[in-house]
Amino acid sequence: MRRLYAILVGAGLVYMLFAFLGTISPYGNVNLSDRVSAHFLAKDVNSVDASKWVSGDKQIPSKMKVFGKKGFEDGSANVVTSIVVNYRSFDTLGEVTVLFASAVGVGLILGGTRRMRYGRKPNFILRVSTGILLPLIILFGVYIFVHGHLTPGGGFPGGTVIAAAVLLLYLSNEEFSLNMVVSKSLEGSMGSLYVIFGLIGLAVGGAFLFNFLPNGVVGSLFSAGVVPLVYMTIGLKVGSELSGVVAEIHEEREG
Amino acid sequence: MVYAISIILIGIGIYGLMTQKNLFKHLISLSIIDTAVNIFIIATGYVEGGKAPIYTKSLPNFAIGKFVDPLPQALVLTAIVIGVGTLAVGASLLVRIREKHSSIDVENMKGVEE
Repeated sequence: MRRLYAILVGAGLVYMLFAFLGTISPYGNVNLSDRVSAHFLAKDVNSVDASKWVSGDKQIPSKMKVFGKKGFEDGSANVVTSIVVNYRSFDTLGEVTVLFASAVGVGLILGGTRRMRYGRKPNFILRVSTGILLPLIILFGVYIFVHGHLTPGGGFPGGTVIAAAVLLLYLSNEEFSLNMVVSKSLEGSMGSLYVIFGLIGLAVGGAFLFNFLPNGVVGSLFSAGVVPLVYMTIGLKVGSELSGVVAEIHEEREG
Repeated sequence: MVYAISIILIGIGIYGLMTQKNLFKHLISLSIIDTAVNIFIIATGYVEGGKAPIYTKSLPNFAIGKFVDPLPQALVLTAIVIGVGTLAVGASLLVRIREKHSSIDVENMKGVEE
């Protein structure tokens, strides 16, 4: 009976959402010139006259070369990164805060004093291959968040890869346990560094999280102003935070 | 098509939430709905034949219709991280419930009044 009821409710909701599909543009048939995203792509958001935009004058930017040029208001080759840590950096600060809150919550709920044992010896292949792979995994994580403004990726995936390296250490060694003082202090200092970047922007440019460094040539490693720095702090913060979560999952209470 | 897949996934998640008695399956159902909504938001930004919105040597020019919409991707990047956070907190709560009530099945929990 309950299953029937659940199927009815689920099917009703699915039908409602399918009916709603008619009001949005069909899949793959989107015209970016109707959306603000065109200006994010063309890196000319500040030059748009908002009152004209609202009244229907779309001010579509003309075709132009971006890669290898300089002088744009944002210098990162990856447009998603430019939105996440430049145009909407305040959102990202909130997101990092949510992640911090959840890490604190996991620590509060699962906190223990003793490292949990798996009750079996780690496999020989696991132990040996950890020694070979661990530096490579950490290097890959650092690569991802340092090149966040050039390639797909950024602080969050890079930090997750670093946390995966810590998980590998936990799996391959029964004695290993993460130094919580180091991870917590790294996490806290990186979180405050992000806010400090924002305050420097407020002092220099008059807006919180203002991009106060020169943008450089789009596509080179040292470009995009404050974006790589912010992504490095986010990468280290997320890495230490998720490593802390992995460590807290492996703790248990006495008795 | 992708819209249909994400809506059906939402339906599966709702069904799981309403029928399952295991709390971990509730968490997985919520996670499925989360993923389905993310797929939907990403799909609203797809442009036919568009590439990832990254300027490279082979795609150096800005032009309408060449890149997919970057804004939904940036929003989903935020949503994924928050999904991970809620999943971690929920799973750790389940560990404590299992310790206190000896089960995470709603019908087998000990010391819980209806």
